[in-house]
Amino acid sequence: MDESLVNILSSIIANATPLVIAGIGETITERAGVVNLSLDGSLALSAMAGFVAALVSGSIVVGIIIGMTVGAVIALIIAVANIELRQDQVAVGFVLTLLAADLAQFLGQDYTRIPGPKLLNLPLPILSDIPIIGTIFFNHEPLVYFSYALIFGTWYWLFHTRGGLAHRAIGERPSAAFARGTDVNRLRYLYCVIGGALVGLAGAAYSLAVKPGWATPPVMRGDGWIALAIVIFGGWHPFRVVLGAYLFAGLRALASAIQRSPDIQIPLVLLNGLPWVLMIVTLLLVSSGAIERLLSVLPRPVQRWSRNFLRSDPPSALGTRFDP
Amino acid sequence: MKNKIWLQAGLVLLPIIISLVVTALLIIAVGSNPIEVFEKSWEGAFRNSTSFAGVVNFWIPLALCSLGLVVTFSAGMWNIGVEGQMLIGAIFASWGAQFVILPSPLLIGLEILLAALGGMAWAALVGVLRLRLGVHEIFGGVALNAIANVLTIYLISGPWQPPEGGSAQSTAPFPTDALLPGISNEFSVSALAIGLVILGFIALTIALRGSRWGLQLKATGKNAVSALLLGIPTQRSALSAFLVCGAFAGIAGAYRVLFTYGSLRPLSSGGIGFLALLVVLLVGTRTLSALLTALIFSIILGGSTRLKIALQLDPSLAGILQGLIVLTVLLTNGLRARLLGNSAPTPTVDSPPFPTPEGAPHG
Amino acid sequence: MKIELQHIHKSFGQVHANNDITLTFESGQIVGVLGENGAGKSTLMKILSGYQRADRGTILLDGAPAQYHTPLAAIQSGIGMLQQDPLDVPALTVIENFIYGQPGGALLSIKQAEQQLSVICQRLGFSLQPNAPVFSLSISQRQQLEIARLIALGVRALILDEPTTGISAEQKTLLFNALRTLAKRDSVTILLVSHKLEDVLALCDEVVVLRAGTLVGNARLPVPQTELVRMMFGQVFAPQERPDVPLGNVVAALNNVTLRGKRVTVSDLNLDIRAGEVIGIAGLDGSGQELVLRAFTGLVKPRRGQVLINGENVTGKSYVELIEHGIAFGAAGRLEEGLIAGLTLTEHMALVKNKTPFIRWDIITTLTQNLLKEYDVRGGPQDFIERLSGGNQQRVLIALMPEGCTLMALEQPTRGLDVDSARKIWGQIMSRRDRGTAILFTSPELDELLTYSDRVFVAYAGHLYDAGDAKTLTIDVLGRLIGGDFNRPEAVAH
Repeated sequence: MDESLVNILSSIIANATPLVIAGIGETITERAGVVNLSLDGSLALSAMAGFVAALVSGSIVVGIIIGMTVGAVIALIIAVANIELRQDQVAVGFVLTLLAADLAQFLGQDYTRIPGPKLLNLPLPILSDIPIIGTIFFNHEPLVYFSYALIFGTWYWLFHTRGGLAHRAIGERPSAAFARGTDVNRLRYLYCVIGGALVGLAGAAYSLAVKPGWATPPVMRGDGWIALAIVIFGGWHPFRVVLGAYLFAGLRALASAIQRSPDIQIPLVLLNGLPWVLMIVTLLLVSSGAIERLLSVLPRPVQRWSRNFLRSDPPSALGTRFDP
Repeated sequence: MKNKIWLQAGLVLLPIIISLVVTALLIIAVGSNPIEVFEKSWEGAFRNSTSFAGVVNFWIPLALCSLGLVVTFSAGMWNIGVEGQMLIGAIFASWGAQFVILPSPLLIGLEILLAALGGMAWAALVGVLRLRLGVHEIFGGVALNAIANVLTIYLISGPWQPPEGGSAQSTAPFPTDALLPGISNEFSVSALAIGLVILGFIALTIALRGSRWGLQLKATGKNAVSALLLGIPTQRSALSAFLVCGAFAGIAGAYRVLFTYGSLRPLSSGGIGFLALLVVLLVGTRTLSALLTALIFSIILGGSTRLKIALQLDPSLAGILQGLIVLTVLLTNGLRARLLGNSAPTPTVDSPPFPTPEGAPHG
Repeated sequence: MKIELQHIHKSFGQVHANNDITLTFESGQIVGVLGENGAGKSTLMKILSGYQRADRGTILLDGAPAQYHTPLAAIQSGIGMLQQDPLDVPALTVIENFIYGQPGGALLSIKQAEQQLSVICQRLGFSLQPNAPVFSLSISQRQQLEIARLIALGVRALILDEPTTGISAEQKTLLFNALRTLAKRDSVTILLVSHKLEDVLALCDEVVVLRAGTLVGNARLPVPQTELVRMMFGQVFAPQERPDVPLGNVVAALNNVTLRGKRVTVSDLNLDIRAGEVIGIAGLDGSGQELVLRAFTGLVKPRRGQVLINGENVTGKSYVELIEHGIAFGAAGRLEEGLIAGLTLTEHMALVKNKTPFIRWDIITTLTQNLLKEYDVRGGPQDFIERLSGGNQQRVLIALMPEGCTLMALEQPTRGLDVDSARKIWGQIMSRRDRGTAILFTSPELDELLTYSDRVFVAYAGHLYDAGDAKTLTIDVLGRLIGGDFNRPEAVAH
């Protein structure tokens, strides 16, 4: 395989990692029945906070922890507002996305265009020596490896553990979960905060790995909305969410390659609109039920095995409150 | 009983107090002095008629968007796409300003009409995506906002470049004929625009309370399935809400380019669309409260314009205060409901954010 | 398990839902719990199953006082409840639902669970596919799953809330056999909450009857049906005498219509209705009767064939257009599909009656007041619709239907209403009929169908059968037809 192509694929993986982490985090939250609409603002604020913390303390680990805390706190506000104070998840999430973005801009004003610590590449022994695959997957900074573990871990948790059953149940039919003794609201808090922490981690991944530093306007602006769309496109299944994230990053890479190539003359600016057109198209695909129809034409045993993967309905209780 | 009144009053003041305190803490955190900030903000808003004109100039498009959003909220929709609708309205008005030759009053009338149409068309896209194609209006709105922004930048750096070359900052300034006239040099505000706001307010208030259209919107917003079965054309009703909001937003966008800036530039909407969403989150479907809340937010915004120059503080502080106010109001509403046992008047659209096809016949 | 209730009291605000209830259920008995809507039986069962807490009183299980306050704790003490809409998680599979709620380790031992499920199913005569998603199951199968799950958790008392709604006769037999096995061989105490007297008489050893919150009767079966009715309502209902009304012309017809629904297709449908005629469509949930009803309203459009209203071809026209043609429709779910919570009665009236661009609130308010009086609705014009009781809501729904409409298509017009409210609703429907409106309705209640219909049709697996004149039918015959037993020579397939 052409070396530059391998490098391109490798960089796609690296660039997609924050989206992957945020997407999986939001999947965890939404599977529990809560929508965290604040992603765009959360990513910005946790990126800034993580960067500044790492800069000031000299430790990237501190930066990561701060980033995760920011994300978790924002998610906690949504959970409390919805569960205890009966406010609409979407309304609170929307306010928070604006507020967090403004906070990031305001508090970060003195830290723009400053070089800071950056997570270094950590090629995995043995694995990174595998030709082609090794370079693409195993020659990255540690958060990428974490994202691999996260993908498989979340999948296994959701579909193969007892806890995962309860996790899915509270997002589908909390009254049934309650009848089985599950503490619905306590778990909703837990998964909302975990998801939020992962979003915070994704933010830190931007400012400490993918695009080190902090800038105004932040480089990841808009990615929060894309992450939300990827969760829908991904049918709330970790594998499909990851697929969506890599696809998006791939298409972005394609767009900048086109922009750099002298052969194809498309105004750069219009290419910037491409991810958004893509977002609408993918959502159309999902809502038109095309994926469900695909499921129904597969042979029976394949259907059974892939049912979870191909299902595109949202968790039935997503966005609603539960009162025991 | 006495305790209850104190509690009620406390709960109304609490959001304001918390927002101010937190903002003050943030100011301190970046090394500034809250008192100075407050002084400079007050100056920024009220120092002289120019400052106050600035406030009013924020208020006009904010009020227009808020009124429009009251309509979509009545129909149970989250029209996040309002920013894009402002931008497209601005684009359409800019086209008229640059390429149409007409005597000034007629030109202005045409520009406003075009802006309304442009906003309506863009809003119709969001509406159709949601009502016919099942794409939630939040995502349709966000995507179309971004696309509208991309279009604006494309026009400025391409076909509508200023003569000195494209640097994507703005088009050449529009001819004076195309611009809205201000009241006076000291108070640079468009009287026509204020008139439009008041007209819009009166028309919408009457329409929402006393017309068949308004009642149908309310019914659609509360239970679209039942509304359909009672004979209401819910899809048409909801779409009309988008169209009305788009028109208002488009005109708001036109104001920004025909008065505030005098040319088309990226992000001419200035985040006003989103701010209007915050306004409506606070007031629900109460049109007068929408105008007043918009005024308060405009004062905050107007105050923030001085911050960069005078104190080297980022004007996003205004957004922080506004966001804090809305957040704390939402939270205290919930608190009030818990402590006093009455339900708070927040406009909740407490339905799952991902719609299932409605009106589907059962088998 | 022996269950003793001692002086149970429960109030909701002013309403004394359970008033000094003292009862004993012996081990292995099947007890029918009867009472009209609002009698207090659901409240009592919710207390027993841990969903509610009694205000006062004691519960003894096998002699020991019970201390549970949540559904799970109730199950751990040995009492489980099968809700009318079983509390399963539709998106999960059968085996996942079976495992979920069982104590166990972090990892799922699917094989073991499948084994356990299979043993229970065999014993009770159930058949369930472990990997089927629950949303694809019928109500009967979902019931089986839930019962199996509760048995696996070791319950020794099982409460069933209206289990025979929406299941076929065969499925009912299966269920009843399983319940008998549990009661007689395993000494599980079974409480059957039902208002279907024939089911109670068929299955139960004894009955308890609640009325207005108190225990009014406790008898070992057999007991004549009229006696049960007397205990439930305090009087015996004579079947209504209906004056014969001359029928007019055919006002609505379906000709060779094919309808495609989510789960069933109805084909070659032919049905005419005359002015002043009442036609009832019987059938189990999902047999196609809702499709037939909605075909007249434009909510379901025929794939083939024609819909005629007053001779005019209206096939393919929308619901709104068909309203213009005189069709009025009432869906089964009042608040979900027909009334709008959050709107006042006056606003509902304005939505339906106001034709001008600006609403004449004064006229509408007067109109509302008059209609409320005429339809005997307990509620004021400014009341929010959701505050009214079910019976009053249904009356409003009918009041909103325009005068002199050609056809009223009603889905389960008395769903969730007690006998008294139901009778009053039918009084209003019949007075419309007397003024020339044709009535088409569906109902799961056989006696309702036979009491009010002129003709009865039966929907079964996508076919509509003309069962003929209601006067010639009995509950027994109708029940068999609904179950698919068409050995009657007069049953002509349409």
